[in-house]
Amino acid sequence: MDLLEHQGKALFAAAGLPVPAGRPAGTGDAAAAVAEELGLPVAVKAQVRTGGRGKAGGVRVCRTLDEVRAAAGEILAMTVRGLAVEAVLVERAVAIAHEAYLAVVLSRAHRGPLVVFAGEGGVDVEDLARTRPEAVVRVPVDPLLGLCDYQARDVAAAAVAAAATSRTPARPTPLVEPAATAKRIAAVVHGLWRVYHDRDATLVEVNPLVITADGDVVCLDAKVTIDDNALWRHPDLAALGPEPDPRERRAREAGLSYIVLDGDIGVIGNGAGLVMSTLDQLAAAGGRAANFCDVGGGASAAAVALALELILSGPGVRAIAVNIFGGITRGEEVARGLIEALKTTPAAAGVPVYVRLAGTGAAEGRALLAAEGLVNVRLVGDVAELVRLVCAAEGA
Amino acid sequence: MAVVVDAASRVLVQGITGREGAFHTRRMLAAGTNVVAGTSPGKGGQTVEGVPVFDTVATAVAATGVDTAVVFVPARFARDALLEAADGGLKTAVCITEGIPVRDMTEAAAHLARRCTTLIGPNCPGIVTPGACSAGIMPAEVFCAGDVGVVSRSGTLTYEIVAGLTAVGIGQSTCIGMGGDPVHGIGFVECLELFAGDPQTAAVVLVGEIGGDDEERAAARIRDGFAKPVVAYLAGFSAPPGRRMGHAGAIVTGASGTASAKKAALEEAGVAVAASPAEVADLVRAALRQE
Repeated sequence: MDLLEHQGKALFAAAGLPVPAGRPAGTGDAAAAVAEELGLPVAVKAQVRTGGRGKAGGVRVCRTLDEVRAAAGEILAMTVRGLAVEAVLVERAVAIAHEAYLAVVLSRAHRGPLVVFAGEGGVDVEDLARTRPEAVVRVPVDPLLGLCDYQARDVAAAAVAAAATSRTPARPTPLVEPAATAKRIAAVVHGLWRVYHDRDATLVEVNPLVITADGDVVCLDAKVTIDDNALWRHPDLAALGPEPDPRERRAREAGLSYIVLDGDIGVIGNGAGLVMSTLDQLAAAGGRAANFCDVGGGASAAAVALALELILSGPGVRAIAVNIFGGITRGEEVARGLIEALKTTPAAAGVPVYVRLAGTGAAEGRALLAAEGLVNVRLVGDVAELVRLVCAAEGA
Repeated sequence: MAVVVDAASRVLVQGITGREGAFHTRRMLAAGTNVVAGTSPGKGGQTVEGVPVFDTVATAVAATGVDTAVVFVPARFARDALLEAADGGLKTAVCITEGIPVRDMTEAAAHLARRCTTLIGPNCPGIVTPGACSAGIMPAEVFCAGDVGVVSRSGTLTYEIVAGLTAVGIGQSTCIGMGGDPVHGIGFVECLELFAGDPQTAAVVLVGEIGGDDEERAAARIRDGFAKPVVAYLAGFSAPPGRRMGHAGAIVTGASGTASAKKAALEEAGVAVAASPAEVADLVRAALRQE
């Protein structure tokens, strides 16, 4: 689960990390009130659970309360990469001398946490990793030992060295007291590690980490991703998530995974890999999925019925492909669920349903479906036929 | 011969009295697996499907000489179960449980590595050496014994591909479901090493999917020299791009983990990449004929 910047900064502040004074606001007037309390100038920043807000104009520095009110109003009406802005964060503006990138992130390759530092912060850090990988410092943390102090000091030394030779800003500002700044940066590394470890994060990212002209260190941004599987340990964080789509929530409660896309074929399958593979084969044949539902392993008839109901409730579904390979999932359970849903869901009328059943219980399931004689159900032999027929039905 | 598990493996089911544990114990026994003990704290002395239940792994090891654990305990207790298996001296731990916090897995994986316990999973379907041992939840009926090693990040898709091989008479040496979690035990590279050293295995099938860089690292390993033919299938070419917050993922891997990038890396290493699960069997047959 991705946290909003202000939620991440609240975790930072609680861990003793330096963040600018600021508060979220939900209206232009509320933003102006926060700005008045903090003192101008302030930064007004879109709170949205995705990157790219800077490029979209979601961060503005304002020098008057009227500017704050106007900027907040505009930003609150924005969407960034299809996601609505949930609030604005109004913060006291910070005078930047140097920018760096600092993160603690789960590394699959290391099977554990990794501290990542780059002396050149800002939005182009991915390019830097690609073009000059030696400019990016990576420090793997032993999961059983935790972050060692020497590792934090190593990162701080790299940060101070980078600030001394920085190419941004154009005129480098020498650090007033490099040793003091290094200590502050080491403390930030420790603080980020504590947030990462104690709050079950998989990403804690500060971009940019700012060194001011006085040699102070400030976490100007906060991107925090919490491990969904660990939310039970953190009820306070679980409450911070976005309001889930009601259909996706119903699916989750029934152990299904339901995702909305933008084509016109509904897809039901068992297992994430099999569903992905079905979508790939549809796409290769020119079809586009409207939505899909993964019923997982060992799905009951009731779960399959809910899956079909959810698929039919999506907009623009003109045909449905069901691809089941029975292992723990039994073909006859799937057939019972399909029959129940098709009989009781009015939206099912007129929507052709192509069903491929293989593996455990496939013969029994096919017999049940055939005996029912539902006019819009057609049993197919293999995935190639499934894809061909459902794409043809879509075009009809 | 096979890899990791064989007819001599003595299997312990952790969480044997739970619904999943009991159900799959019955299926593993039916597949001919030596399930010789189970654990469930506080339920020592009972039996499940005729298998004796112990309170702790240590007592189960002492009484029955188990060497392979299959973990069905709920996610909140899975870390402890894995540590107990490793400290009990088990050679292999197969973790079926899904939804384990990633911090718990990083700690468990690090401890198992120190104890030299081979970890498979978590969130995986297990491992099967057809006709000898099924440790996990894979449907034994789709397998048949033979000389193709299979390693996969997916569950159902693997059964589909294996059933396709079996249908045309291509048997399997061992099939490993490595699981889909970001932190997992043995992956493609480790399995390639195991299959390289297994005289029974003549060819390898890799089943990958989007995300992470396991496939890219496998491609690098094969490019460095791998004596047996490798066929791959990848899922997720049409997956919608996920919304990402931070930059760290791309910085760590240096690649985006897309299916196209993985396909390119594997093909560059000389791996035949199938366009559909059904095509895997054709490519394996062609590769074996060329040998």
